[in-house]
Amino acid sequence: MDELYRDQILEHYKRPHNFGRLERPDLEFEDTNPFCGDEQHVTIRLDEDERVAEVAFDGKGCAISTAATSLLTDELAGMSREELLKLPKDFVLELLGIEISATRMKCAMLGLKVVKSASLGQPAEWEDEGEEGDPAEAVADLGQL
Amino acid sequence: MEPVSAKSTSEAAPYSVEKVRAAFPALEREVHGRPVAYLDSGASAQRVLASIQAVDRYERRHHSNVHRGSHTLSAEATEAYEGARATVADHIGAADRREVVFVRNATEAINLVARAWGDANVREGDRILLTEMEHHSNVVPWQQLAERVGAEIDWAPIDEEGLLDMDALAALLERGPKLLAVTHVSNVLGTENPLAEIARLAHDAGALVLADGAQAAPKLPLDVAELGVDFYAVTGHKLYGPTGIGMLWARLDLLRAMPPFLGGGSMIRKVTREGTTYADPPARFEAGTPAITQAIGVASALRWLDSIGMDAVREHERQIADYALERLAEVPELRVFGPPRGPDRLGPVSFEIEGIHAHDVSEILDRHGVAVRAGHHCAQILMDRLQISATARASFGVYTTPEEIDRLVEGLEDARRVFAL
Repeated sequence: MDELYRDQILEHYKRPHNFGRLERPDLEFEDTNPFCGDEQHVTIRLDEDERVAEVAFDGKGCAISTAATSLLTDELAGMSREELLKLPKDFVLELLGIEISATRMKCAMLGLKVVKSASLGQPAEWEDEGEEGDPAEAVADLGQL
Repeated sequence: MEPVSAKSTSEAAPYSVEKVRAAFPALEREVHGRPVAYLDSGASAQRVLASIQAVDRYERRHHSNVHRGSHTLSAEATEAYEGARATVADHIGAADRREVVFVRNATEAINLVARAWGDANVREGDRILLTEMEHHSNVVPWQQLAERVGAEIDWAPIDEEGLLDMDALAALLERGPKLLAVTHVSNVLGTENPLAEIARLAHDAGALVLADGAQAAPKLPLDVAELGVDFYAVTGHKLYGPTGIGMLWARLDLLRAMPPFLGGGSMIRKVTREGTTYADPPARFEAGTPAITQAIGVASALRWLDSIGMDAVREHERQIADYALERLAEVPELRVFGPPRGPDRLGPVSFEIEGIHAHDVSEILDRHGVAVRAGHHCAQILMDRLQISATARASFGVYTTPEEIDRLVEGLEDARRVFAL
């Protein structure tokens, strides 16, 4: 039935990759999605070149947030902290390969936000999701309904 | 536009959910090709036509500022606004309409008490008693007060079924809190707390009682005098009226002794360069131009509710909650939070399905045109107590039908299929 819940997403939800916590990580961060209370905790170990050697995450989350972070953490090996910080939101969206609605964007982006915060050592600056387009036009549209 | 007391006129009329539904234009909406099954009234109820029309009439013909001019429109607006206050007082069993303060929502009602009464009466080392099932609106204002004055907060626990542990509550009352703030009906568990008994216990221990009635007011016949509480907070948009309007009911002697919350126009007796003296309640607590339109809107919704009769509304809620609990018990791996089926079990019904996150449950239900809420429901203390991060929640309204519950269950079966459980 469902584009959003296609097999790849459900597979990563049920058996997420890189799930767990690394002992003595070089980078570590935890954050919540205030909208729903979900949490993700990311631990990263760096190699001697200060690049990602190993990454793990755990926490409670929905299919979208869990699959997104599972897919994301598969791609991080070899990246420097600067490269982690530069990762665009589209990087995650392309990995997911599905349409993400405005209300689920926070779910999809939680892992990326935590990874960036881990590489900074503090909460990464973050723009709220779901504000594409001209809000005034949405009001005008409503008048036509 | 004068207030009509319809409370006692039609309580004998049989409850017809078809007739009730005809009074809600939004129920004609389709979502994903199906008529919307709106099971999110606990977050915000749909608007009743009587309220929409009263708002429209007022906006088109009667609007002006209140308590200002002696011209005709101002007089009409004032009459309508004060009439709305009288309707609210009548609906909730207030002895005197001056005990009803219009605010923005239940949250603001509680903040008003925490600021105006709390700052004047709660001192360093004093205690405030809350319960584990409070909404954040009945938690955060008290934490802020405690922080300002150095007070301590105690938490009355719930038992395994989701009922308040009355023995533990009695023990905590022995610590002599200044105030007990408790919800009348839980927004997650559907528990109806025995408020009259709780108020008696609290008063015997010397504590005042604030009840959060945001969830209770749309479901229960209310009589604040009989309940014996000191403060009661409600919000309009869960009562089939507009957003932006809520009501604080408080005993008049308490309101009279309370300093103002916000300062500005309307709340003064006299302003001089040296200082200001304040108006009597309720004006003292209504600084600035109030939400006139919304007050009229919520009063019209209350009159409509009274025309159905709140006893019938409560019975409908109980039956729907009971049916939902019966049907949800058929869904494998589904766990309901809150008391079991019984005469005091109301909605909402919160649940989780092992292996499917609440967000995914609500997303899949939406595809079936079934609207439920997923998340922590602004009750993270309770989520923590239940050791979960989120639930899906079906909440009901006067218009909810058993067929909509059936569609909920069908949607849940589809969610299990999608997740291959």
